[in-house]
Amino acid sequence: MTGVPALEQDGEPGTPSRLRATLESGRFAVTAEIGPPRGADAAVVRRKALALRAFVTAVNITDNQGACTRLSSWAGSLAAMAVGVEPIMQLTCRDRNRIALQSELLSASAVGIRNVLMMTGDHPRLGDQPGAKPVFDLDSVQLLWVARMMRDEQRLLSGRTVKPAPRVYLGAVENPFAPPVEFRAARLAKKVAAGAQFAQTQYVFDVRGFDRWMSQVRDLGLLEHCHVLAGVGPILSLRALSHMEQRVPGVQVPSEVSRRLRGVAADKTADEGVAICAETIAALRQIPGLSGVHVMAVGGEDRIPVILELAGLAPAGADIPGPVEPAPVVADGPVVAEDIVVADKQPAAHGLVGGGHAH
Amino acid sequence: MTGEAGRKAAAADARRAGQVPVPVRPRVSARSMYRLHGVLEPRAAYRWLARLLDRRPVAGRLFTRLERSVKSELFGCQMCGQCALPVTGYACPMTCPKQLRNGPCGGVGADGSCEVFPQLRCVWLEGFERARASGHALDLEVLQRPVDHRVWGESSWVNYWQGKDADLWTTDPAASPLAGSAASGPGQR
Repeated sequence: MTGVPALEQDGEPGTPSRLRATLESGRFAVTAEIGPPRGADAAVVRRKALALRAFVTAVNITDNQGACTRLSSWAGSLAAMAVGVEPIMQLTCRDRNRIALQSELLSASAVGIRNVLMMTGDHPRLGDQPGAKPVFDLDSVQLLWVARMMRDEQRLLSGRTVKPAPRVYLGAVENPFAPPVEFRAARLAKKVAAGAQFAQTQYVFDVRGFDRWMSQVRDLGLLEHCHVLAGVGPILSLRALSHMEQRVPGVQVPSEVSRRLRGVAADKTADEGVAICAETIAALRQIPGLSGVHVMAVGGEDRIPVILELAGLAPAGADIPGPVEPAPVVADGPVVAEDIVVADKQPAAHGLVGGGHAH
Repeated sequence: MTGEAGRKAAAADARRAGQVPVPVRPRVSARSMYRLHGVLEPRAAYRWLARLLDRRPVAGRLFTRLERSVKSELFGCQMCGQCALPVTGYACPMTCPKQLRNGPCGGVGADGSCEVFPQLRCVWLEGFERARASGHALDLEVLQRPVDHRVWGESSWVNYWQGKDADLWTTDPAASPLAGSAASGPGQR
């Protein structure tokens, strides 16, 4: 594993984004999502990142996903970097005004975080503190636009110069399946115009629907400026299935997938979910112009190596662990159990299947 | 989402909104608004009126109150003072609970429901369909600059007639999110 971002290179040209290098080389990229814990413990992130290191180009660190308080995405990003895994720091518009958002971009770059994924964010009403004040001072298009200006024009939204400019690879999200479906490629086009260089999508279960969206994306010429990674993830239990069907905003699970999951014995649901996910990845790889996949299995990160192996994406000779959680390799505190198994009864039980992308 | 039960649930959603805006389905057709917009385009008489209203506080307040009552009745206007209606199919994006200016979020339900108020329809879905039906679908592709929160409560008609909101959006991807030129400084409107 090379390309460990070194903190000594603060403020210098420094380490380039390995994600960018991979995408620009035309190799099929694999990214995965890590949800930071609800607790003051970065070891959880280090352990999860380390387990994925051999399999992924970079890991997303979510930003208080599902509008529930967690370890922050920058702290999680630093934890991933500490074990040699390149982070993609997620940054939502939900909790910060434009002053704070620009500051986050400067700070991320200064500590060596090279990829930032910008999105609107789930509304606080959907989270565990629904009485919180929603911010949404900028929207995701505006945030990307501001980030591009900071980097390329070395200016802040105040008009003042910023020196040195942040060096960040700009990421966006899109949900190909949310109405108005006919507008979704155009919405990505807006984000690309604003500055997006890579995009990760919401969960894809309907490969044909995704293919239709991709052909619009190709027709708009977006792939010349932006690499697209399809979001995928395993549904590991029937509870996770109903959570996904009912609670994750903008996610649609086709009846074929739910039929398969309900059609197997209870102890085989997780295996079936893993198999469906691997088949989805294999089918997605046939779609022209797709640059990679983004695996969202928050709470089930230990399954990711198996999924990638089944999909033919595991590196040769990689040690594929079983579904049993390996002992923490780097730990300076107790592993937070809820991050492996998961809480229910919460307004958003995100540990089970991940929250999906927060638009 | 239809029938008496749907209306009651929607009303309950709206009551629980508190400070969060609630998606509003416009009460007038987009077509009639596109026509009306042609009548309201800046011209000498309107510019004169706008300048007059700027100078006369009482008249200005009355005019702003009139604008507020008309637009809140028709569109659920929040009085952001920097009206985007002409390029959003005349569905007000400030009634989106996230007040997104550049199109719908990814949380729109399969049935077109709002992520935050599932009994209500996404206002951007409404806007997209209205714009498309009137041949204005491309309007939604403009890049909307960040909202200037100092302008809330002002009359957007007065601002529009004086050309103060000329920088609200752009079709040029190379443009900066900063309104106006670099020399004019931030937020000069």
